[in-house]
Amino acid sequence: MSTVAPTKTVEFEYSGGERLTMNMGPQHPSAHGVFRAILTLEGEDVVGVDAVIGYLHRCHEKLSETLTYAQYPSIASKTDYVAAMTSEFAYVLAAEKIAKIEVPKRAQYLRVICAELQRVASHLLWLGTWCLDMGGALGGGATIFLYCIRERELVLDLFESLVGARLLYGFYQVGGTRYDIPPGWAETCRETVDLIDRRIDEYERMLEENPFFLARAKGVGLISRELAEDVGISGPLLRGSGVACDLRRAEPYSSYEDFDFRVPVETAGDCFARYRVRMVEFRESLKIVRQALDRLPEGPISSRPGLKSVAQVRVPKGEYYARVEGARGEVGCYLIADGSAKPYRMKWRGASFSNLAVLPHIIPGHKVADVVAIMGSVDPVFGEVDR
Amino acid sequence: MTRDQAATLIGERFGIAQVEGDSATIVVTVPVEQWTPFALFAKDTLGCRFFNFSTAVDWKEQGLEVVVRVDNVDARFGLLMKTRLGPGVSACPSLVPVYRGANWMERECYDMFGIRFEGHPDLRRILLGDDWEGHPLLKSYAVDTPHPPYR
Repeated sequence: MSTVAPTKTVEFEYSGGERLTMNMGPQHPSAHGVFRAILTLEGEDVVGVDAVIGYLHRCHEKLSETLTYAQYPSIASKTDYVAAMTSEFAYVLAAEKIAKIEVPKRAQYLRVICAELQRVASHLLWLGTWCLDMGGALGGGATIFLYCIRERELVLDLFESLVGARLLYGFYQVGGTRYDIPPGWAETCRETVDLIDRRIDEYERMLEENPFFLARAKGVGLISRELAEDVGISGPLLRGSGVACDLRRAEPYSSYEDFDFRVPVETAGDCFARYRVRMVEFRESLKIVRQALDRLPEGPISSRPGLKSVAQVRVPKGEYYARVEGARGEVGCYLIADGSAKPYRMKWRGASFSNLAVLPHIIPGHKVADVVAIMGSVDPVFGEVDR
Repeated sequence: MTRDQAATLIGERFGIAQVEGDSATIVVTVPVEQWTPFALFAKDTLGCRFFNFSTAVDWKEQGLEVVVRVDNVDARFGLLMKTRLGPGVSACPSLVPVYRGANWMERECYDMFGIRFEGHPDLRRILLGDDWEGHPLLKSYAVDTPHPPYR
């Protein structure tokens, strides 16, 4: 029988130097998933942080060793479930590169259209939830969130009529795409793109004319260029810190060299800079979708027989690191094939994992309320962090 | 510094002949004793300041291999550096003193492969719970390995 320890009374006499340990998470509304930050506080100031992740771990890398090259792309979408299209993209690119499989031009364009629509949907969710985190400063908070979710629904509707699913798609297959666009889809897509373009202007005015929003975002959570590269953060965070690195431009894949778009770069490195980069990316993505729809070539959508065919994907011995510019940054797949039907080893480089690793370097020195703003500006998706 | 200049420099300084890869990537295998000096050289001389990822591969009886990718984002080339630890060896020098991004990545490697990174400031499990037994990405760890239920 265990004995209960007697209650101890601790008397606090606050003199400014006391430290308090506070748990933020794992169930915290600003965590956008399950993330626990153990903060050490001195009054309102954060002096130390320990980030605890892994609550959503499913060991995708082990799982991929048990699934064939045709089976895994549908599972890959479950790493980053907010931008499922780009996760599938990285995996099929790696397999295609090792197996030297050509992808028809039409499939490449369809892949670009979906990847860019996905970026828009993902950024919409980020904008909505981040502004929700910033809460009271935005007149109740939920306004922008509900607006953004409304627009995201339109993109999800497009995906639904294309794939049949709204969140996890399995649209990308080794050799091409699984479906072609149905009749009338292109017109609906154009209307949606125009609508979202107009609405983004509206949000921008709502936010950037709001002094509370500016006060909470400007000068908060500074990431220097040196720190950004050293930790390996990517995507809007890296570009918000003054590094003009966008894989669609630096290492064009899937015909990205055919499209005209701008890579936004901000040098301030704060939450506001990251916000600005994403706001410009919205427009650039919409621009790419329009161009791809205009020039969509005719032809087959896959260089391989359909998914239900018994023909296996033959991937010879070899290794390749394929990467795509996802909504949150560099989504990479380091694939080692041994010539069998399944990969020997697959390493998933989740953009959110590296991006989140910067938090312990930037949070100390801020107030507790800023932690929420910084975490939201990093835009982590925990399915991708924990894989 | 271009990709080809970097490849030549690696050959001159470290005498590593097998510089493979494609037009934008250099793939090198470095002896484990030179792991940290090579990383320092990559960062300072080759300008590969962007820490992309670090991982490991279990080559069964041939032992473990640690793989690190760093990038030079200005000159647009990547360096994939590998080192073989040898059969039965699970110790490797840590790259955290060179790249801060190696911190979480090496913790993940320790978690999944049991590689002890010497000089790592905070080597503990990251994705799995502290009481987890075994290292799941080792080939000797079966997918259906039973483990006690969570409480």
